[in-house]
Amino acid sequence: MLELNKINAGYGRAQILRDLSLTVSPGEILCLLGRNGAGKTTTMQAIMGLLPLMSGAVRLEGEEISKPAAHKIAGRGIGYIPQGRRLFGELTVAQNLEIGLRAGRSGPEVLEDALELFPRLRERLTQRAQTLSGGEQQMLATARALCLRPRILLLDEPTEGLQPSMIAAIRDVITVMRDRGVGILLVEQRVDAVLSVADRVAFIENGRNLETLEAEALRRDPGLIAKHLGV
Amino acid sequence: MSDSTKTVILHGGLLALLFLLQFLLPAYHHGNLARIMVLATFAMGYNVMFGYTGLLSLGHALFFAAGMYGMGLAMQYAGAGPVLAMSAGLVASIVVALVVGLLALRTAGVGFMIVTLMFAQAGYLIILYYGAWTRGDEGLVMPQALRMLGAIDFSQPGPRYFAALGLFATGFLLTLWMMRSPFGKVLIAIRENEERARMLGYDVFRYKLAAVVISGTLCGLAGAAYGLLFGYVGATFASVQYSIFPLLWVLLGGAGTVIGPLIGTLFMFYLIDLSSAVTSAYMLVAGVVLVLLTLFAPQGLAGELRARVWRGLP
Repeated sequence: MLELNKINAGYGRAQILRDLSLTVSPGEILCLLGRNGAGKTTTMQAIMGLLPLMSGAVRLEGEEISKPAAHKIAGRGIGYIPQGRRLFGELTVAQNLEIGLRAGRSGPEVLEDALELFPRLRERLTQRAQTLSGGEQQMLATARALCLRPRILLLDEPTEGLQPSMIAAIRDVITVMRDRGVGILLVEQRVDAVLSVADRVAFIENGRNLETLEAEALRRDPGLIAKHLGV
Repeated sequence: MSDSTKTVILHGGLLALLFLLQFLLPAYHHGNLARIMVLATFAMGYNVMFGYTGLLSLGHALFFAAGMYGMGLAMQYAGAGPVLAMSAGLVASIVVALVVGLLALRTAGVGFMIVTLMFAQAGYLIILYYGAWTRGDEGLVMPQALRMLGAIDFSQPGPRYFAALGLFATGFLLTLWMMRSPFGKVLIAIRENEERARMLGYDVFRYKLAAVVISGTLCGLAGAAYGLLFGYVGATFASVQYSIFPLLWVLLGGAGTVIGPLIGTLFMFYLIDLSSAVTSAYMLVAGVVLVLLTLFAPQGLAGELRARVWRGLP
């Protein structure tokens, strides 16, 4: 389980997160919803150690992970796919995946599994990552994160700018990972995308918790979303 | 034809050609090519850091000079033969690269460029300051009697060419192997996106430090070999000019390609050599050609080959 306990974090002297608390359980998709600037991406960066915490703690399976260097946090089983994918553009698809496999000390069966989830990548193995379409790049970024065999997956707007067929493919993989017991923290702007996959939804505003609700309750009463987001 | 086959043919063919050229070239070009191969090894070392890892250093003269003076001082004052003197040069360059790497890698971007430049300038001034030992600008001439390994006299054109080829081939094959290995792929990943590599769990500092040490060692070996093969060790080789040269050679040849450093060094060497035979304004000619190349082949000669002909060129 990933647990954020009253974390405070920000950029320099500008504090963004204020006493934010969350939990992501194994086999659960928790979506973060909030307006632009609410602190969704900052939350992910704080979990990954890209931003130092001012106070509070991030724990994975009860062990505090706020102190180690950023690269060690990934090594403990947290996969992070930031907004904008950020691939190694000059390397081929196969080489991008190889880097993920090596980082996760994973065997060929993990690669095979990732390629089964994203069969399109199998056809593109020798192609440079920078020449892929936006959807394929997102698939590659996700597949590379899966090569780390993560226990927790952080996804920052994975469907941004993608065509519907690609969105469906990414959504299917997210639910497959959830069914395999991976805990997923998902940031999405599109409410329909959130409601189609989420188990719980946490609303945040100005870096603070507003409320965390079961997704089922939101699906039954969409008015609750308008209430929390003010849209 | 697979990429691996093409790689073997191109790189193996190049080494075979360099081997054969020693029997075909007239004396003048024979000597030039030996010098070019040593300098190309210097450029290959620079390429490991700049071309593959994305670390732009302005202080590589320090590594070249560390190897050169490590070798030269051991030969001059301890009477060391070629093997011992080269070993001293190797150790000196590894130690200097490790120290510079540990300190300079705490900075990035422009800060890294300035820190490496300052280290190199400090090295240059130390050589001048201890002129009683190093002979400063005047330099040291290596005793010919010590430049012999058994019956092999490195001051003679044949053994000199062969030793230069051996050094070049070692650096060339090491770079080729390294960049096709998982380690090399991680270096390229760091160049492409350092933060992403870190988020995948790679200790970026350690990888970059390894790149600095490998780069510094190759450059130091080239410096030691230069002093041994051409019999001279001087402060000029520690000056800022020798920090800029490898950058130019790599940019001209193609950063991040294995053959680029040789192409760039060869091109630049003969550009200056040929233009200086025609006019005293040879640096102007070199400058114009460099500007044209930058405009029409911005990725360097081998880089353009990769972009236009063979995407898989390592």
